[in-house]
Amino acid sequence: MTPLHYYLIVSALLFAIGFAGALTRRNAILVLIGIELMLNAGNLNFIAFWRYGSHPEHHFTGLMFVIFSIAIAAAEAAVGLALIISIYRHYKTTNLDQVNSMQG
Amino acid sequence: MSFPFIITAALMLVSAVAAMSLRNLVHCALCLIVTFAGLAALFLQMNARFVGFAQILVYIGAVAILILFAILLTRSSEMKTGQLRVVPSSWWVGIAVALVTFGSLALAVSSSTLLKHPPSEPGIVTVKQIGFQLMENYVLPLEVIGLLLTAAMIGAALIAMREKQSP
Repeated sequence: MTPLHYYLIVSALLFAIGFAGALTRRNAILVLIGIELMLNAGNLNFIAFWRYGSHPEHHFTGLMFVIFSIAIAAAEAAVGLALIISIYRHYKTTNLDQVNSMQG
Repeated sequence: MSFPFIITAALMLVSAVAAMSLRNLVHCALCLIVTFAGLAALFLQMNARFVGFAQILVYIGAVAILILFAILLTRSSEMKTGQLRVVPSSWWVGIAVALVTFGSLALAVSSSTLLKHPPSEPGIVTVKQIGFQLMENYVLPLEVIGLLLTAAMIGAALIAMREKQSP
């Protein structure tokens, strides 16, 4: 059985990869992909802690949190991509450096 | 550490790096699908069957396809192939911040003493149990999620709707 440490390290790596992508990439869709990866890293943590807690077949909190988190992520992706398409229609680009009309 | 875990985790992490670093956006989305599939395999290895299959259905079936459609709809002339350096110089700050984040997380994980006890017996959670829980203890969050999904769907359709030409 794989120890809990490895799942947590893999989850931290996935979070760092998504974070680096969201910070470095300039395309709005790729930033959204990075956010999705970070959300998934959180889900992996929840499932790992649920599985390695005491009596996972009687305590459902981690599992339920992941189910609701998946639903929230789906809603977030739908609204985010709709926003990106709307921005693209205005600016003819999805490069975040060029969408700066609200910059102070 | 078991052998399937190593294969799944390595595949997932490599495809996540590829999804965040490739030039072609369509390739990024396809690598993202591999990442989601690897995560679903990790969930299934931890006996979370319902969540694993929900991950496949929702993420691969809906979110990844939505991202692919958005990439194809917003494909513009920005596919510059001029500079083909592996890592542009402006990426180093972001990568450094992410490395610091991972370092602190890994330090916290490795220095924790709560994690030393062995895992309990693998308990199988059936879909029937999850359904009963959703209808008994978690019925209010379920209703709120339904309301939120409805609002998000209407909002996404309204935002992406083609607006009238301004005079």
